[in-house]
Amino acid sequence: MDASIQTRDLTKRFGDFTAVAGVDLRVASGEVLVLLGPNGAGKTTTTRMLASILPPTSGEARVAGFDVVTQASEVRRRIGLLTEHHGLYTRMRAGEYLAFFGAMYGLASAEANRRGQELLEQIGMPDVSRRRLGEFSKGMRQKLALVRALLHDPPVLLLDEPTSAMDPASARLVRDAILQLRSSRRTLVVTTHNLAEAEELGDRLAIIRQGALAAQGSVQELKREHVGPPIMELRAAAPLDGVVRMLPAEVRLLTSGPDWVRYETDAPSQANPRVLAAMAGAGVQVVTLAEVGRSLEDVYLKVVGVPAPREEG
Amino acid sequence: MQAAPLGPPRGLLPGAWIIAHREIRDQLRDWRILVPIIALTLFFPGLMNFTARQAMDFVAEYDAPIIAERLGPFLLMVIGFFPISISLVIALESFAGERERLSLEPLLATPLSDSQLYLGKMIASLLPPLGAAYLGIGVYLFGLWRSIGWTAPAPLLAQILILTTAQAVVMVSGAVVISSQTTSVRAANLLASFIIVPVSQLIIGESLIMFWGRYTVLWFIVVALLLVAAVLTRVGLHLFNRQELLAREIDVLDLRWLARTLWRAFRDGARTPREGYAGVIRRTLPALKPTAALMALALTAAVIVGVRLAPEYPLPLDGELLESMPQTLVAQFEHFGLMSVGGWWWILRTNLSAVALATVLGMFSFGVAAVILLMAPVAIVGYLAGSLALAGQNAPLYILGLVVPHGTLEVPAALLAGAAVLRLGLAGVSLPRGTSLGEAWLTSLAEWARVFVGLVVPLLFAAALLEVFVTPRVAVLLLGG
Repeated sequence: MDASIQTRDLTKRFGDFTAVAGVDLRVASGEVLVLLGPNGAGKTTTTRMLASILPPTSGEARVAGFDVVTQASEVRRRIGLLTEHHGLYTRMRAGEYLAFFGAMYGLASAEANRRGQELLEQIGMPDVSRRRLGEFSKGMRQKLALVRALLHDPPVLLLDEPTSAMDPASARLVRDAILQLRSSRRTLVVTTHNLAEAEELGDRLAIIRQGALAAQGSVQELKREHVGPPIMELRAAAPLDGVVRMLPAEVRLLTSGPDWVRYETDAPSQANPRVLAAMAGAGVQVVTLAEVGRSLEDVYLKVVGVPAPREEG
Repeated sequence: MQAAPLGPPRGLLPGAWIIAHREIRDQLRDWRILVPIIALTLFFPGLMNFTARQAMDFVAEYDAPIIAERLGPFLLMVIGFFPISISLVIALESFAGERERLSLEPLLATPLSDSQLYLGKMIASLLPPLGAAYLGIGVYLFGLWRSIGWTAPAPLLAQILILTTAQAVVMVSGAVVISSQTTSVRAANLLASFIIVPVSQLIIGESLIMFWGRYTVLWFIVVALLLVAAVLTRVGLHLFNRQELLAREIDVLDLRWLARTLWRAFRDGARTPREGYAGVIRRTLPALKPTAALMALALTAAVIVGVRLAPEYPLPLDGELLESMPQTLVAQFEHFGLMSVGGWWWILRTNLSAVALATVLGMFSFGVAAVILLMAPVAIVGYLAGSLALAGQNAPLYILGLVVPHGTLEVPAALLAGAAVLRLGLAGVSLPRGTSLGEAWLTSLAEWARVFVGLVVPLLFAAALLEVFVTPRVAVLLLGG
């Protein structure tokens, strides 16, 4: 797959402070990358560099095929940025606001209105275009900001903490809206602190710690790499009585009880059917066979640790 | 991947107008801006109209028509100025306010260029107050025409309109520079005194000139204001860029950083005072060449102006006074404390104070006030030389006897001090890429300090010695006594 976003040794310094240190990223077209990391890790600075609004101190980045420094305007025409703070003009009406941003992307007023209304309907706010933004709830404001970012139908969407400080219901609405966007062949980079959100939205995750990329991969890859291979737990209807010795060779027995056993395997999709077959062969009735929950939080804490406080971020 | 390469309207102005249009519409929905503009456009000119009529009637009773004659144009200027004072508030709100409300970043992520964003905000800050000012002037003039039949001469009207516009541009472009150094409207309002104080001084000056009746001088002010506006706009354009706007996140005064930056720039890589002094000669002095050349031109111009003023304001130099000078020369020198250590200290202190004052004034006037202040004594020498020549005296001999001995050191000291202050004052005008205004200013301040400590103080020290102990003797030798 061709890379929609590619960075090499991307670095940003503010005076003596290094906010982002040599980040290498590759995001394919249609992929959703979630940037995770503690406060001040450099996620927002990375997003701003990808959005061509902050030039890197060194290294390079290409977004939608264009260089973020030398072709900044081309990049900005092809990205939609949802900033951490919605930054709406509260005296404006929703329709006016979208027409204003549409004009900056060269959309004629009628086209901006049509597209804005279409997106508002998609996002579940069909009747708000005449309402002033000051009357909007926080969730509505964030959703309108998302519409703003989508108005010119950009191939790359950068979403900086799209659900931060939102109540669960509003956050769910915004997350659903983002999930809708996944279906199209649009590249998304989402910055978040919320691990459940990261797991739900991301094809791949990148964990940034103190400005540097500490880990990246799919959730499964990260779990395997940082907290070991998947652990399976089998529960039987009756005591196993030595049946555990019949487990296939590719699984490693970790621990067991009278009617249960836990084992580790690098390839659950191949090993588990063999385990079940062995149990059936021994006349054991299997009640459940499930992966032992190892959360993304375990991975995150392992990678990030307890970070030393940084001066800025 | 979707092909969505839409872009903003081509050209600086159409892109800027998108920003300006939104902001102007927003302002017209804000009663805090709307009410003062309406009041200053409609009610204030009416009040001024009434005041002008009353004042004219009053002074006519005492047969002082000149005051009435000057009052009309003066009030015209005041009516133009009041509405544009709002432009400062609007500009601070537009630049610092947008950043404070965190609505700037979405704008920065659009394809509009930094210049389009900047110009759009400038237009939005200028148009409503200027429109109000022009309308206010119209209402005032219409009222005076209807009540007493007074009409403003076309050149005066053009002058006031251009002056009003230039003042508005200076205030708005200054507000941008100030806003770029802060992240909150509160901090920007505090810093706005750097605009309010000089502008209020300017208004006082303009008022005096208008009552003095020297309207031609106003054209010089217009030119000066346009130059200042151009400089501030250039600085603003440099500072209003995505990098600068997003990099500044705190307003906390970092004294340690300040001291470290200043000291590093002052040392300029030197490890010993000897190396530091060598750096002043080898690096700092050559860097001063352009501003030193400007200073040399200014000092030459000061002499010429001084000489030309002599016939206009003649000195009462009668023959008796000049004839008795050789006899009284020594007594005069002693009277002024020359030929004594006390006199040396007094002269040194006065000269150092003048340079310090010039530096402070220069910091807030792009160096211009410093140059004018340092030109003043040279202009006085020119004026005295011109006066002596008019009185039929050998002026060069007087200059040779009374000025040249210590002037050989004092003039270079003034020239170097002026050049360094000029560089300091212009520090923000041409910022190197990636350098903040604060950094550039601190570097220039350190450079000024190197010139002051390494060259100006020693030169003034020696010049004062010459002035006290050598000049009087040369004067006596050449002029008798």
